[in-house]
Amino acid sequence: MIETALRDLGYGFGVALEPHNLWFCFVGVFVGNVVGVLPGMGVLATMSILLPLTFGMHPVAAILMLAGVFYGSQYGGAICSILLNLPCHPPHAVTCLDGFPMTKQGRGGVALGVTVLASFLGASFGITEMIFLAPLLVEVALKFGPAEVCSLMLLGLLAGSTLARGSPLKGVAMTLLGLTFSIVGADIETGAPRFTFGMQELFDGVEIVALALGLFGIAEFMKSVNQTAPIDLKYAKIKLRDLRPSKADLKEAALPAVRGTLIGSMCSLIPGTGPTIASFVAYATEKKISKNPESFGKGNIAGVVCPEAATHSSVQGDFIPTMSLGIPGDAVMALILGALIIQGIVPGPQLISEHPDIFWGLIASFWIGNIMLVILNVPMIGIWVKLLSIPYKYLYPSALFFVCIGVYSANNDLFQVGETVVIGVFGYLLLLLGFHPAPVLLGYVLGSRFEENFRRAMLISRGDIFTFVEPQHWISAIFIALCALLILGQIYVRFRPKSRIREAEKAVAGLPGSGFKAAEE
Amino acid sequence: MMLLGLGTIVEGSTYRLGNLRQMGPGYFPVMLGVAMTIVGVLIAISAMQPSTDPEHDEDAIPDAPEWRGWICIVAGPVLFIVLGAYFGLLPATFACVFVSALGDRTMTLKQATLLASGITISGVIIFVYLLGVAFPILRWPS
Repeated sequence: MIETALRDLGYGFGVALEPHNLWFCFVGVFVGNVVGVLPGMGVLATMSILLPLTFGMHPVAAILMLAGVFYGSQYGGAICSILLNLPCHPPHAVTCLDGFPMTKQGRGGVALGVTVLASFLGASFGITEMIFLAPLLVEVALKFGPAEVCSLMLLGLLAGSTLARGSPLKGVAMTLLGLTFSIVGADIETGAPRFTFGMQELFDGVEIVALALGLFGIAEFMKSVNQTAPIDLKYAKIKLRDLRPSKADLKEAALPAVRGTLIGSMCSLIPGTGPTIASFVAYATEKKISKNPESFGKGNIAGVVCPEAATHSSVQGDFIPTMSLGIPGDAVMALILGALIIQGIVPGPQLISEHPDIFWGLIASFWIGNIMLVILNVPMIGIWVKLLSIPYKYLYPSALFFVCIGVYSANNDLFQVGETVVIGVFGYLLLLLGFHPAPVLLGYVLGSRFEENFRRAMLISRGDIFTFVEPQHWISAIFIALCALLILGQIYVRFRPKSRIREAEKAVAGLPGSGFKAAEE
Repeated sequence: MMLLGLGTIVEGSTYRLGNLRQMGPGYFPVMLGVAMTIVGVLIAISAMQPSTDPEHDEDAIPDAPEWRGWICIVAGPVLFIVLGAYFGLLPATFACVFVSALGDRTMTLKQATLLASGITISGVIIFVYLLGVAFPILRWPS
């Protein structure tokens, strides 16, 4: 098995090293790194802006680029957290707790240096995990009938909406809203128009670009305008020389990095628990097992390394359910799936065998991209720090223009720009009401496939709803049982709210500029 | 709490839409509608209990309504659509960036003009000449 995996991986490197794929991978990680550094720019907004540009591209290049933005931004986000104490990207919020004190002690360079190393370790582990785990999952998943697929999706949706941050109930509500969005347009089986309100333009359904840019672009800008704290660059003077950690630092950081990696990879296996949760869990664990927990929050190197390694390993691990089962764990993955669907590629267990170039090329590009990021981050640290000083007031109007032209260019249709504005205003209202819009995208991307499989399962069982829990569909029954467990667990948690992760979250909420936290948490 | 009640109304209206459709293509929407109503009612109930949800994060809610920012950000794309449909990309882009930039209270007219011009020039070059987006740069309403 290892042999085939290695051969496939070799093939993947062949795909990823093709010059134009290599170029788009570079563009992706570069853009990702830039937006990661820029305070107030979300990963989701950036990916949505780039999405229309990928329509004309080869699917492999498109996915490599979008994925590159995602993991590239994780590297950039750490810079922002450590040097400026700005938790502008949710997974890196905990990094502030110890990263910024290190900066104040003049060890910010060391913190960054170790972070880059730890991130690379975490990412490499996540990639290895994907190489071996994804094909195994696929083998099981290929035997699934409509009933199994349907209950698996139900589990994915439920996990994605309840395990993310914020109230689980509201998460479920948002997922349902997303499913409703996916209904708009012609019915898949009868062709009858649904929810179009007589508007011709809505017959093809709500465009994913319009939805994503409305929710994560326009709504985000409305939230952040005039809310940004002035940036203090006092401590942010770093030279290349400062980056090199001493032997003692490395020794101190090695074990926490490994622990963080393991925690991150475990979190990535549970759908719905993305990098943000992984980093919080990692920090809490590290503090718990540390010999001197009181040094946390005062610049303990372990408090920087462990969550960072966890973030990166879970970022890569997140791709496993997405690419092998077609079930995205969070909104970012939902966007990547959306990009695949637009390219006419059906996500699901058949993806690896039908499009090996995408799957293995993506994996190989992870490694190449991560190496690029290490190269980008170490010598060019000065440039990234300069980028930090671009004020938000220049950023968002420019981004708004990219939103408009991006949506327009998807179909050369101004109606969709209007659609985006309406969804954006609606999305901001939801934010004001305390709803996190990320699950909407999850529901939207899975919606039509969920409906299709549900109907098929009903057809096969002649309308018997209990087909999902019958003995011959025992796999499906397990998924349903897991769903029930998840709901019960949430009810249990609700009546017992104190936990270590919450404490860490509280500490982060007290940081200045936490109003920056993007919607993708 | 009142805000959450509003959320329920949003939920509820979706429900009615779901119910209008009958059998066949409408089955799934109705299912969703029912589920949404249940969740909506649950949210309303939990909103009525005052002590629950201690970690409720009010991140998104600014201290005071940010009318200037909101209006400018919405007006930007709206202008883009209107001007884009009748006058072409050049004025649309300029207006979009200029107006939305004014949403920031520290933005001066000069800065906004500079930013808008810069974005307009680079935007037209990138999108029309390099990426070949089909959008007339200038046109007149006939």
